[in-house]
Amino acid sequence: MHVSRDFSHYVRTAGEGVQHIDLAVEGVHCAGCMAKIERGLSAIPDVTLARVNLTDRRVALEWKAGTLDPARFIDRLEELGYKAYPYETESAEATEVAESRFLLRCLGIAAFATMNVMMLSIPVWSGNVSDMLPEQRDFFHWLSALIALPAAAYAGQPFFRSAWRALSARTTNMDVPISIGVTLALGMSVVETINHAEHAYFDAAIMLLTFLLVGRFLDQNMRRRTRAVAGNLAALKAETAAKFVGPGEISQVPVAAIYPGDIVLLRPGERCAVDGTVIEGRSEIDQSLITGETLYVTAEQGTPVYAGSMNISGSLRVRVSAASEATLLAEITRLLDNALQARSRYMRLADRASRLYAPVVHATALITILGWVIAGAGWHDAIVTGVAVLIITCPCALGLAIPTVQTVASGAMFKAGVLLNSGDAIERLAEADHVIFDKTGTLTLPDLEVMNAADIPADVFELAGRLALSSHHPVAAAVAQASDATSPIVGAIEEAGQGVRAVVDGIEIRLGRPSFCGAETLVSDVTNLDPEASVVAFSKGSERFILSVRQGLRPDAQAVIAALKARNIGIEILSGDREPAVIAAAHALSISEWRAGVTPADKIARIEVLKQRGMKVLMVGDGMNDAPSLAAAHVSMSPISAAHLSQATADLVFLGRPLAPVVAAIDASRKALRLMRQNLWLAIGYNVLAVPVAISGVVTPLIAAAAMSGSSILVMLNSLRARGASREIV
Amino acid sequence: MEILVILVPLALMLGLAGLAAFLWSLRSGQYDDLDGAAWRAIADDEPPQEAPAKR
Repeated sequence: MHVSRDFSHYVRTAGEGVQHIDLAVEGVHCAGCMAKIERGLSAIPDVTLARVNLTDRRVALEWKAGTLDPARFIDRLEELGYKAYPYETESAEATEVAESRFLLRCLGIAAFATMNVMMLSIPVWSGNVSDMLPEQRDFFHWLSALIALPAAAYAGQPFFRSAWRALSARTTNMDVPISIGVTLALGMSVVETINHAEHAYFDAAIMLLTFLLVGRFLDQNMRRRTRAVAGNLAALKAETAAKFVGPGEISQVPVAAIYPGDIVLLRPGERCAVDGTVIEGRSEIDQSLITGETLYVTAEQGTPVYAGSMNISGSLRVRVSAASEATLLAEITRLLDNALQARSRYMRLADRASRLYAPVVHATALITILGWVIAGAGWHDAIVTGVAVLIITCPCALGLAIPTVQTVASGAMFKAGVLLNSGDAIERLAEADHVIFDKTGTLTLPDLEVMNAADIPADVFELAGRLALSSHHPVAAAVAQASDATSPIVGAIEEAGQGVRAVVDGIEIRLGRPSFCGAETLVSDVTNLDPEASVVAFSKGSERFILSVRQGLRPDAQAVIAALKARNIGIEILSGDREPAVIAAAHALSISEWRAGVTPADKIARIEVLKQRGMKVLMVGDGMNDAPSLAAAHVSMSPISAAHLSQATADLVFLGRPLAPVVAAIDASRKALRLMRQNLWLAIGYNVLAVPVAISGVVTPLIAAAAMSGSSILVMLNSLRARGASREIV
Repeated sequence: MEILVILVPLALMLGLAGLAAFLWSLRSGQYDDLDGAAWRAIADDEPPQEAPAKR
């Protein structure tokens, strides 16, 4: 049955008679790929634009409306050796991109103003010690004000807004002292200029904003990049569903183009991409991604099915109740809401630092003013000194201390195959001292593996693999994959719910249920050895073989567990699966703590118990049933194969088959946290040296500028150490 | 010192010109693909658009 692919959902009209589509492309990483793809696609007639974006790994294509089918581009890219799929910008990513541009614009304006104000300040500094006329100095100060005031009003917006939000919520954050410092410095400078005074701090205020915007921009850029990668991965999963467009006619459409009420066909071996209810058909479905239970469930008319379920045996017609993840099991939704509320109470390192920092600095400035007044100075001089204290302590280095480390560390994690979902994940992950693993899909791989391939003659196994290619059944797919078979046997017949058979060189071969192959007697031997495995039989003439198929452990799971133990991290398994399956995994990995048959609520309860003992729990899970506990844990991780909901809830997402990224992420975040603390101490140490100078009233704008840039550069250089050579992790 | 009347506005104009150029480059999407731009500069192939015209 040939099914048409319909990508019209992704096509946009870009101007007169031109259509546009964005494709996410896998495996583009160099200039060669870029040239190859652009040349290959431009060679198609009527294509007017083919441009690769190497940063985001995407291709933008435009062509004359109505001449080409977008599916053709995907086929062409496949010929060139790249997997591609249409990409639709999510609103979250669009916001990040807009925010990133806004910050870059602010940074550009602040940098322009800093350069020009500095050009005017240096003559004043050198003129103050030589022969500059007061009129000339005033002229330069007024010019500086002309540049700095509008620039600060524009470029300071990110800080002013955030400070205002914090104050309206009756809390404080780092942006409050920043905004106060900048406003006071500018205000005082204007007053001083009017009074023809010697010192003005326009340069310091605008330079502070520039440095802080660098930190903000880096932070934002890291988040934008992560979103782009996550968006590509989601697109490349190419989730589609076979939608009924007529009574007997189906079209393979992207999930994004499916709406509640549509009817989709779910064939054997397909993973369901929508939530819905079965209206026709009967089948077994694997709901392990949702419940963690590896036993198949029978689905018939009226059974609800959820996105992520794998259909095993028969075809089902499903009426869509929600595309992808709009509705969920009510129980999970409720638990998730509670857990998310609890998590938002975590206070970031930067906010904790600013909560201590702001009162101390503001009190020091106030005491300085009062101290000078008591000592007999005029109010004007006292206030000028007080503001100088605020300027010199303005948390320039503090503002850079954390984002710079985060940017560098997230880059290092990115290389190790870990994506950060939330900004403060690094801090929380570094504190983790107890890891809870889910079993199904986390310690084990989501796909099936043949366990006893070595016991079967290689030529027989290969023949079984070739026969398996003719079936859609997931177990058959596992056999086919394990045998590296590529050429299917011609004339193979699939008997639904039984297996496949074919005749080769006059001998009948069969692959399927043991009864289908007449091999019932052999089954008990295998199941005794491994009660968790699914068995599939293969017969060739009168010979009979039994293959045992199960979800295998991740290739490096053992090494990772050992590495975690070596780091003194507690480990346990909490699984929704049955006890024998969990025991087998726990035994294989020598994990002594495990619980089986655990419900989502039990998982949360267990995490709460550990929390009360003062442990910081890292939860690693993939199923929809893990989502609430992922949110409840101190910090959480999901494999990229996880259910959408879990991936969205987890703080970090790791790619690929190995489990090693878990250890790599813990190591990288611990190192990063150490550097963040170091940076905070460096910044504070700098202030401790500079503040007495400021209090004594001898600070000039030159000293303020030097102190600020000196401490910022020191902190940035220290942050670069987070990049360091990645050590052997396992 | 009358030279300041010329030099200061001149310096500011140059600065503004730089800022305008930056904002233009930002708006025209030149910061959207920094990795790709780095490679494009040294790509020795002819631009793909001109390929059919070559013959």
